[in-house]
Amino acid sequence: MALDNQKNREFKIVGTRPDRPDGLDKVTGRAKFGADAYATGMLHAAILRSPHAHAKIIRISTEKAEKLPGVKAIVTREDFSKKVTGENWNVLENVMAGDTALYDGHAIAAVAATSSLIARDALKLMEVEYEILPHVTDVDKAMGKSAPVIRAGASDKSVPEGLHPNVVRYHESGHGDLSAGFEAADLVIEDTFKTEATHQGYIEPHACLAQLGGDGKGELWCCTQGHFHVQKTCAALLDIETSALRVTASEIGGGFGGKTAIFIEPVALALSRKTNRPVKLVMNRSEVFRATGPTSSTSMDIKIGMKKDGTITAGSGVFRLQGGAFPGAPMEFTAMCAFAPYNLENVKQIGYDVLSNRPKQAAYRAPGSPMAAFAVESIIDELCNRLELDPIEVRLKNASREGTKASFGPKWDRIGLVECLEAAKQHPHYSAPLKKGQGRGVSSGFWFNHGGETAVTLALSEDGTAALSVGTPDIGGSRASMCQMAAEELGISYDKVRTTIADTATLGYNEVSHGSRVTYASGLATIKAARDAVKKLCARAAKKWNIDEEAVIWEDGFAKPSGPNAGDFEPIPLAKLTKSMGRTGGPIVGHFEATPEGAGVSFATHIVDAEVDQETGRAHVVRYTVVQDAGKAIHPSYVEGQYQGGAAQGIGWALNEEYIYGEDGRLQNTGFLDYRIPVASDLPMIDTVIIEVANPGHPYGVRGVGETSICPPLAAIANAVSNAAGVRLKELPMSPVRILEAIKNKT
Amino acid sequence: MEYHKPGSFEEATELANKNAGIIRFLAGGTDVLVQLRSDIITPDVLIDMKYINGVKDIIENDDEWQIGVAVSGAEMSEHEKLAQEWPGIIEAMDLIGSTQVQGRATLAGNLCNGSPAADSVPSLIAAAAQVSITGPKGVRKINVEDVPIGPGKTSLKKGEVLSAIHLPKRTNNQGDAYLRFIPRTEMDIAVVGCAVSLEIKNEIIIKARVSLGAVAPTALLLENAAEKIIGSKLENKALEHLAEEASKACNPINDKRGTIEFRTHVAGVLAKRTAKIAYDRARENK
Repeated sequence: MALDNQKNREFKIVGTRPDRPDGLDKVTGRAKFGADAYATGMLHAAILRSPHAHAKIIRISTEKAEKLPGVKAIVTREDFSKKVTGENWNVLENVMAGDTALYDGHAIAAVAATSSLIARDALKLMEVEYEILPHVTDVDKAMGKSAPVIRAGASDKSVPEGLHPNVVRYHESGHGDLSAGFEAADLVIEDTFKTEATHQGYIEPHACLAQLGGDGKGELWCCTQGHFHVQKTCAALLDIETSALRVTASEIGGGFGGKTAIFIEPVALALSRKTNRPVKLVMNRSEVFRATGPTSSTSMDIKIGMKKDGTITAGSGVFRLQGGAFPGAPMEFTAMCAFAPYNLENVKQIGYDVLSNRPKQAAYRAPGSPMAAFAVESIIDELCNRLELDPIEVRLKNASREGTKASFGPKWDRIGLVECLEAAKQHPHYSAPLKKGQGRGVSSGFWFNHGGETAVTLALSEDGTAALSVGTPDIGGSRASMCQMAAEELGISYDKVRTTIADTATLGYNEVSHGSRVTYASGLATIKAARDAVKKLCARAAKKWNIDEEAVIWEDGFAKPSGPNAGDFEPIPLAKLTKSMGRTGGPIVGHFEATPEGAGVSFATHIVDAEVDQETGRAHVVRYTVVQDAGKAIHPSYVEGQYQGGAAQGIGWALNEEYIYGEDGRLQNTGFLDYRIPVASDLPMIDTVIIEVANPGHPYGVRGVGETSICPPLAAIANAVSNAAGVRLKELPMSPVRILEAIKNKT
Repeated sequence: MEYHKPGSFEEATELANKNAGIIRFLAGGTDVLVQLRSDIITPDVLIDMKYINGVKDIIENDDEWQIGVAVSGAEMSEHEKLAQEWPGIIEAMDLIGSTQVQGRATLAGNLCNGSPAADSVPSLIAAAAQVSITGPKGVRKINVEDVPIGPGKTSLKKGEVLSAIHLPKRTNNQGDAYLRFIPRTEMDIAVVGCAVSLEIKNEIIIKARVSLGAVAPTALLLENAAEKIIGSKLENKALEHLAEEASKACNPINDKRGTIEFRTHVAGVLAKRTAKIAYDRARENK
């Protein structure tokens, strides 16, 4: 599954920018999203949620609600499997509380009724007796001696003795001799940084339509990044067989990692099983904020030493992440990504996964990495300022490159960090003069990218068109890229290929659309499946010509004899071979199933100009440039879209987005009024530069691009804002209140 | 829930007077419907004001403007003469919500919702606007600053309904302005709002009204702050005194949108900036 050796290959379709195949459906309203499904006899469900951050559930009384006309069933934890273990147990515990409500918004019970209004009214009639327990929502406090224990015995073997039981996992990595490294530095800076939890902020709330019979067979329609994962998990939580549940993924109104997790589907299935009716469950925005997964909040201590010439002599980081009341905060990713852009002799990183009374964190675009970059790149910027060094030159001087040892262990393969930094240095933005009150910031960022289990089928039709089935929901224009890759291999035009996200009954297991894996892994599988189909097409031509299969080649959509020795035959176009396929051996279908492991890592460098109102502390991003290595851009517009999207979400995270908890441990901003994602007028035009350093692990050289784009923004924006404000900002979001306070404290 | 469409203010008053329970008046509905859908209130009686004659009219009389209770922000913005005379009120109203919300949101609703952060209210107070209130005992006229009495509360009594908004006519040498502070650029709620309306003679301010929103339980009329700029040409010293008085008048809370310290400080900053715009408008308005 390595990079093709096709030195002189000229792509005809890959690298162009055709319209996306799902575009017309989306702009005309024909596309069906999670809440767009209806079934005859369908019931509507609603979920009762805990108003307390931490409380023992003494009693749930449902009698009054059950008597409300129109109410058909109520489910509690009793209605789910009692056999689940491990992460499935965590998912179930989050989907429906056991004996304790662990956060504000935790599901306690659910009702199905003949209308959603009746279902909502029924919730008001349910009575829950709680015994309120002490709570903690801050990561540092959750590790403190007096913090309430959220779940005793939840720590795994990695945790050193003597830590609070809320610390459930521990990570340590690095190499070299830190004290020698700091000793060799001319300047050492050490500081603490904090970031608040942010939500992925997808436009479409979670929604599903479930049907489950007493025979244990079911159908589920839902909005997800991975329906195979939903199938497997729901089957476990409901104690049914995996293949007995067919799951279909709807169109998806944004995911960004947040829809790799499961919240409502098992509840709708349980209600359906109890009522023997289809059940629809749609979250409202407040539920999305309170009960689905935001990112972790963090608290980080960073220490970096630098010589006067810009050489970094040592770097260390301690990363504390809370991920809600469940293990899984991505602290090892935070730790591993922190110093990834730097070739360091002496480096060490420590991570803590800490429980708190907040919702279970879920993946959000390069989970854990953006926060690490914020902390590390802020100190690098401060070192550059104090030593009067150019921030890009310093990053180039210390850059990770092919063959150097990564901060977390392995040797880098071919990577494109230096190319990104060079392009950033050359970009007109970097040398453009700044206006008064403005500051500039740069940052690099890193993400691993991922391969994962993948299965693809490509079926040729009699008329010479192709139906490609993939199992990875399209969260970023991937159907367009798949059509391009299939068309490129088959030698037919882009619009002759239709890509469908097939349901779980149609394909082998596909891992969720995460880890920036889809264009890489499903793309690789598509190329291989197309080549499989081409091989079969060539075989049909060979049969017709009565020559060896190996003597037939495929070129521009035609089967041709490989050379004069193979014989002199008229090339046969694809459509002619498919027209007769029923008579020449039957349907022609290409397949590919594997777990590709060559996902190329990706680096980016961002340049940001920000303006700060010194009187009010309000910051505004005025210019933004993203430079990122895509390996090979299949559809450059969608690559640019990913770059801009990462930057846009980064601007929100850096400046205004945050989970705000009250003293009572309840979330105070459960809507888009007070959870401030950027509006269009908050964003500058985001300029993009695509660098293409081929990934050795993909036939065309593709690297994932969806996540790396959100790694540098927090740091780049913080550096720009700090330089504009004249004071270092160490806590996100950099809201006007925080910036003004920093400006005031400076003088 | 009962829904009524009265044809007159008298009928609306009667409905409000005879019904018990939670009563809400519906103009644009941009607050009421949102509160209803998010279970903040569940009214027993909804009285829709939009079918009363004249509620969608903007009337220019010799001595005043009369704005109907169902006139939307968009309709105000598109009224050329009104926008020319009261740019501060128009810009305050225009800040509320999105383009879609602008098509429905009303001045009357913004005032009766009772939010201390309502954008249009400081601009109406600075303008010395009045409102007509129709009740069981007939119609009375009061100043806008006397309508809100606390968060979500107004001075309107059982059975009373706001029936018109009155703005003075403008002459030359007058100008008004409204600024609000929000963390983003739009689609947000004021952390601090400030309106200034003033009149000049030979470049000297002879009359001024200053109002602040979102820094106290109700929008404030700052007479002391206005005193600091009356008689001045808005020199730096006058502006500094204005800022001091504005900050001094603040009685805000710490909440998710801002701290006491931040709101108090920014109120002063906004007062200066708003006064400058109003002053420039008065100078241009010869």
